[in-house]
Parts: sequence; C-alpha cells; structure tokens
Amino acid sequence: MPVAWFLVLSAFIFSIGAAGVMTRRNPLVILLCLELMLNAGNLALVAFARMHGGEAGQVFALIVMVIAACEVVIGLGIIVAMYRNQLPIDVDEMSELRG
Amino acid sequence: MSATSYGWLILVFPAVGMLVVSLGWRVLPGRTAGWIASAAILGSFLAALGALGQLDERAHVDSAWTYVATADLRADLAILVDPLSVFMCLVVSGVSFLIHVYSVAYMGGDHGYARYFAYLNYFVFSMLLLVLAANFVLLIVGWAFVGAASYLLISFWYRRATATHAGIKAFVINVIGDVGLVVAAFLLLSETGALDYAGVFAGAEEAFARNDGTLVAACLLILVGAFAKSAQLPLHTWLPDAMEGPTPVSALIHAATMVTAGVYLIARTHPLFELAPTAADVSAIIGTATLVFAATVAVTVTDLKRVIAYSTISQIGYMVLGVSVAAYGAGLFHLMTHAFFKALLFMGAGSVIGAMAGIQDLDRMGGFRRAMPFTYVTFVVGALALSGFPLMSGFFSKDEILAFTINRGGGYVVLAVFGYLAAGLTAFYAFRMVFRTFWGEPVPEARELEGGHVAHGEPVNPLTGEPEDTDVGFPGPEHHVAERSWPMKAAMGTLAVLAVIGGVVGIPGVTDTLEHFLEPTFEDSRYIDAVPTEEAELLGLGVGGVIGILGIAAAFGVYVRRPGTAARVRERFAGVHRFLVNKWYFDELFDALFVRPFAAAGGFGRRVIETDFVQGAIVGGATGLVRAGTSFARAIQTGYVRAYALLLLIGMGGLGLYFLIAAS
Amino acid sequence: MWFEQVLFFVAGIGALAGALGVVMLGNPFYSVLALVGHLIALAVLFLLLHAEFLAAAQVVVYAGAVMVLYVFVVAYIGGSDEPLRTEGGALNAFGPLFAAAIGVELCIAFVATGLEAVDTRGGGVGPGFGSPGQIGALLLQRFLVPFEAASYLLLIAAVGAVVLARRRRGLEDEGAPPGPRGEPSTETVEVRV
Repeated sequence: MPVAWFLVLSAFIFSIGAAGVMTRRNPLVILLCLELMLNAGNLALVAFARMHGGEAGQVFALIVMVIAACEVVIGLGIIVAMYRNQLPIDVDEMSELRG
Repeated sequence: MSATSYGWLILVFPAVGMLVVSLGWRVLPGRTAGWIASAAILGSFLAALGALGQLDERAHVDSAWTYVATADLRADLAILVDPLSVFMCLVVSGVSFLIHVYSVAYMGGDHGYARYFAYLNYFVFSMLLLVLAANFVLLIVGWAFVGAASYLLISFWYRRATATHAGIKAFVINVIGDVGLVVAAFLLLSETGALDYAGVFAGAEEAFARNDGTLVAACLLILVGAFAKSAQLPLHTWLPDAMEGPTPVSALIHAATMVTAGVYLIARTHPLFELAPTAADVSAIIGTATLVFAATVAVTVTDLKRVIAYSTISQIGYMVLGVSVAAYGAGLFHLMTHAFFKALLFMGAGSVIGAMAGIQDLDRMGGFRRAMPFTYVTFVVGALALSGFPLMSGFFSKDEILAFTINRGGGYVVLAVFGYLAAGLTAFYAFRMVFRTFWGEPVPEARELEGGHVAHGEPVNPLTGEPEDTDVGFPGPEHHVAERSWPMKAAMGTLAVLAVIGGVVGIPGVTDTLEHFLEPTFEDSRYIDAVPTEEAELLGLGVGGVIGILGIAAAFGVYVRRPGTAARVRERFAGVHRFLVNKWYFDELFDALFVRPFAAAGGFGRRVIETDFVQGAIVGGATGLVRAGTSFARAIQTGYVRAYALLLLIGMGGLGLYFLIAAS
Repeated sequence: MWFEQVLFFVAGIGALAGALGVVMLGNPFYSVLALVGHLIALAVLFLLLHAEFLAAAQVVVYAGAVMVLYVFVVAYIGGSDEPLRTEGGALNAFGPLFAAAIGVELCIAFVATGLEAVDTRGGGVGPGFGSPGQIGALLLQRFLVPFEAASYLLLIAAVGAVVLARRRRGLEDEGAPPGPRGEPSTETVEVRV
C-alpha cells in the first residue's frame, strides 16, 4: 500500500489526540491523548523511513519513545503529587498560574 | 608704589576686614568687630590717598588674572586707576569710614553686631571693585556683589517680615538691572569685540555711526542697569522699602554709595552716550521726571527715613540729569556733596529715632531742639546743604548742574525749569522735616531725654506696629543718641564740616579743582567746551539760592508760624494728597502689571501644565498605555491548561498553513 | 499483497478505534486499556513497514512498561466516571472542530503536496532493514549524540520522579489519608525541594 495511507492514518490519530487534549478534564486522560499524538508522530516517522529506504526515521521513532516515557514519568509524578495534596484531579481547577 | 598697587591695596583692606570679622566673630569681644572693620576702611581710604598722589595724566590699568584670552576675546581681572575711579574711591571709602565709626556706637547691643560689620565691609569691597573695574566683566561682578550686599543689609533684621520682603524686592529689581547691564555688555562685545573700557570706547567710534540702533539699544540697556541701581523711575520702588534696614545702612548704601553706582556708570561710559544722543536724552528726561516725582512725594510722606529716601531719589535724579547733559564734573561734584549731607541727614535721623525708641513716624515727633542740641545743629546743616542754601556745598553743586543744562539750550531749558521747581520743593520738605522734628511742643520722649535718660518703649515694628523681641534677627535693646556716644558725634561732626566747606572745590570762577582733576577722564567728551560762561553760572547760582531760601521760608510759614496750615491744605486737596502719599500708586501699578500676571501664570503652570498635563497626560498616559496593553496580555493568561493547549494547536496549525501556502 | 492490505485495514481500524476510545471513554481505566489496544495495532503497522525492532520495542517498552505505569497510577488514584459534557463549553465545542481542521490540514500536507514518492510503496529495502543490528549500528554511529542525550533525559526523569514522590517534612496531617476532595486543601503548601 502506498505510504500515503500510513500518513493519512497518522494524521487522523494526531487530530483525535489533539481533540482529546482540548476536551478532557482529567489530567491522566490528557496525558494519554498526548501519547496518542506522539504515537502518530512515530507512525509518520516510520512511514517516511520506509519511503526513503533509510533507518534514520526508525531510530528517531525510538528516541521519541524514550522521550514519551520520560514525559509520562514526570506527568504521572505530578498527578500523584496532586492527589497526595488532596487537590482535585481536574485541570480546570488548577488555574493558579493565571495573570 | 605705583598707582595700581595702591589700587589693589584699596581692594585688599575691606576684603581682609570682612574675612577677619566674619571668621572671628565669636572671639571678638564687645565692639572690637566694629573697630576692626572701621580700621579696614580707613586703610582703604589711605590707600586711595596714596593712589591720588601717584596719579598723572594717563589711565593706569593693571591685570591680576586673565579669565579668557582667545583670538576674539580677552577678559582680565583688571583694575583701572584714573581720576574718575580715584575720586569715587575717595568718596566711597571716606564716607564709609565715617559711617563705620557711627555704626560702632549705633549698632551697639545688637545681637548681630559682627555680622553687620562683616556685611558692611563686604559692601564697601564690592563697591570699590565696581568703581575700580577696568572692564565690563569685573564691573558686572562688582555690580552683582553690591546687589547681594544690599539685600543682606536691608534684611539684616531678618526676623522682621517687612524687612525680608523689602530685601527681596530690592534684589529682584536689582537683578532686572543686572540683566540689562549684561545684555548691554554682550551687545557691545558683539559689535566692538572688546570688553575692557578702552577697547570698547575705541571700537565704538569705528563700529557705530551716530545714533546707531544697536548702540542706542546697548545704551538704553546700560540705563536699565543704572536706573535699577540708582532707583530712578520706574525702577525706584525698592528704595523707600529699603529703609527697613538699619539707619547707617541707609546712610551708606542708599544715600552715599550704592545708589550712585548708576551715575558712575553713565559717567564712565560717556563716550557711548555721546555717540548715541538719543539714549542720553532719554536718560536726562527720566532723571528730571524722577527728581520732580520724588520731590512731590517727599512733601507728604510721614516716615522720617522715607522722606530722606525720596530726597535721595530726587537728588540722584539731579546727578543723572547732570551726567546725561555731559556736565560730568558738575554731576560728580553733586555726587560728592550729596554723599556728605545725605549721610549726615541719615545719621541725624538715626539719632532722633534712637531717642524715640525706634519710632520713625514724623507725626509723633516734635520739640527735640532742647533735648538734642548737637543732633539739631548737624541736622540743620544737612538740611541747609540739601536745600541749596547759599554758600553750602549743595548750593554750588546742584545749581552748577542746572546751569550746564540751561547752557545746552533747546529742550533742555524745560528740564532745567523743572529742576529749579523741584529745588524749591526740596528746600520745603527738608525744612518740613526740621520743623516737625525739632521745633514745636516737645513730645514725651523729648521730655524724657531732657530729663536725662533715653526713652524705652516696647519693641515694635515701626511700620506695622507688630510687637517684636530684641534677640538676634531684631534690633537690639539699646537705643543710642548722638549726644551720648562720641563715635556718633565724631562722624556727624566731620560730615557737617564737610557739608559746609565741601563746596570749596567747585566755586565757579574761583576754583575749579574738581573739574581740572577729572579732566583727563573726560577729555574725549564732545561737550568739553560747552561750558557756560561765568556770568551764566553766577546767575544760575543766584536763582538757585533765592529758590532755596523761598522754600525754607514757605516751610517756616506752614509749620511754625501757622501750625494748622498743613492740615487745612491736606483737606482742601485730599485727592492730590492721597495720590502723593501713595507714591503716585507705582507699587499698585507694578502689582497689577507684573506681579499678578506672573502669579497667575505660575498658578496656571502649576495647575494646568504640571498637574493636568505632565502628571495627568504624560505620566498618567504612559502608565495607562502600559496598563492597557498588559491587561490585554493578562486576559490571555487564563490559567486553564486546555486553553493553552488550544492556543498551542492554533499556532501550530497556523504555521503549517503558512508552510503549505509557501510551498505551493 | 492482498494479505498486507487486509492487515493494514484491520490494524488501522484498530488503531483508530483505540484512539477514539481513549478520547471518548469516561472511565480513565478504560481509556488506558484503549490506548494499549491502540499501541498493539500500531505495532502491527510497524511490522507492515518493515520496522521489526521498533514493533517489538513498542510492545515491550511502550505497551508493556509505560502502560503498566499508567495502570498503577490509575489504580492509586481511582478513576471515576467523568461526565463528558462538562463546563468549559466553548472549549468543548472548539476543540474537536479545531482538531478536525488540523487533521485536514495534515492530510493536505502529506498527500496533496509535491511529494511524489508518497504514492509509491517505497523503494526496495535491503534484507536487514529494520533489524536490531542495523538500528543498533545507527544508534552507535550516526546517532550517537541523540542516543546519549536520550539517556541523560532518562536520568533526569528518574531524578525528577524521585523528587516528586518525596514526602515533605513538617506537615501536621501526614497521617490523614490522601484522597481527592472537591476543594483545594486549606493549609498552605510548602514544597521544599
């Protein structure tokens, strides 16, 4: 199948993830949607690697996976800290950084 | 020693005296400060005599320091010793010495005794600097110093509100004069390229045609300076108010020396005035107007010192008239004799005021003839000299001016007629003072003095009647009369003798010592030969003498023979009297013309410009702008993560769109 | 060929279904499970693209480790059903709309621009393409710096996790059981790092 199909699929997954980030209020779910977007990016990278015939895309997809893992660690750490301080797990309540 | 060395010595003595007295005032006991200051001025007088001995035909210039020396401009700290400046130095230092001696006794008991003598020495130093200056720079320096000294001495009793106001008024009007003089110096510099007298006068001959516009402007500005210092119309309003200062200060500054600086200036710059006759005519007219005005006001004013002040304004009007019609010798002669008798009159007034325990009101004085014989005699001598009584010094000097004026012919005769009229008024008011103060029923203070002790009242402000105390900043608790203190007697006696015999240097037809002496300075005058004939002069003297005697007789009739006459005349001519007593409403005129608009402008500036415009529009506008801008930025910072995510994605989408469009 | 296409569609639909599940399921636990499914579908897609090592890494690391971490946290916190139609109405409406716009834009970018090779299947690939050996060689030769940087990042993340997880000293109610309450806690929070 042409590489284009993979790319279009990646675009769909990315937009679904974006919609989720903007819509959901639970920070956990927002992080999950972030994972979606990252995965979409991975897919696109790998598709392009196949198109070019080089493995650079795959290597970078690997690095992106590492980054996703790190970000998940910190994000979940924050959510756990929120929970420990008896703050509501709701991003709309976490608005103290307003101007 | 050369003439200029004496010249520097003349300046050094008062400067040293000032420093010694002002730095050592704590350690100088009693009246020592006064004697030190007087000795300094005596030294200056002796140095002036030395310079007199060294004088010859030419003018000696000596420079101590060069301020500026460029291709276009040269200005030095230089003094000029020539007949005119030596004459002025002698008059200034001589009369100042006598006044210092008088003050040693008069100011006794005042808490600011040493400060007074420091100021007085500073004043003499500045006046001598002004007179000895060889260029406009040093002249202006001396001019400004003298103004400062006048301010310091007028507001000497600084806790009196009236005194400080008077000092400020004098200073402001002086500064107006200063500005005129400085601008005149600039104009002359720009046209002639020089600042020293010799250079300017020589350059003026070449640079200006007769009555050239710039030269007339420069001369008029010099006149502004001269009139501010010499209290001529319209810049005269400060002098009567300056009587708030101690009486010896009035004698020195406002009779004998500072107010004559304007006359000296016109005499010194006479080549310029002769080259611009328009300015000289303006000066003559204003001088005449002033002398008439002041004489009319002096007839009605009731404060003793203020009568003498208006008399000063009037007599300086004579001097200004003299030097404006190129009667330099006559004008300066009158300057000298006036210094003698006016200082004498002030000293006598000081003695009387001491007897009255500080009261200066003529209405409350009377009958001091028996209580104060010495003061009475010297005061009468001064009044006779002022009136131009035959054979007194004032007789010769004043009428010589008027003779010269008539001799110029044309419109000047009118000025001379006014001069004679005012001479009559002068005699009248001079003896008005004499008769009201010394004749008539003795007032309580006079009876006390006859009884043997000086009256003492509650210390009050003589003008407003406000109660005061006698601590520093107010007059001291002691009152001194001449009969009881020998320094006052010595000074007044010397001046009385000089007032009688001072005329000897200028008797027309017999001696013309002064004319001869001053000739080297004025030999470049165009009018050097416009001397009236002897017969004309003697005729003028005769007329003047008769007018003087008539004035005295009129005063005698009004005040002695028929005591109620003055009150009846006052009622008949109430409007005229009010006009004269209010000094022709000049103060009110200036208030309406200048003071109120300036105050309104200042208020406007404060309210509209400062508060509304600068604070409101500019400062408030800038901060308001920033605040509005940032409040917009603040609206974006909602704190909601999802909103931020939306913004991020919008941005990303925008970027993608841009690249898409750019690539296609 | 047809096998690949069938596999592609199956995996694609699975991925999309998982993505939609993540976004639209109320219970966060279900969202996590949906994501796991999505990841596995993606691994199949990687296999189709000759990225075997990456597919294995996806399953083992991503789905196996990261998702397990998620599951732990969800279990700790306790996900409750959250109503989807919550306040924040404007954002709720704009969000999907805008995401759709971005999707369309991306599609246009991928397909309708001048990349001709997109329409092909890609060039021929060598025998070891996508194998661990080749990936490893690349990691240690051409992409050494990103590799090392990534390991640094992991270190920092680990340190950060430890710091975030520390208990703060000096709080009175350490014995109070943690749990979400409707209001923010009333005592001042000092975070001493």
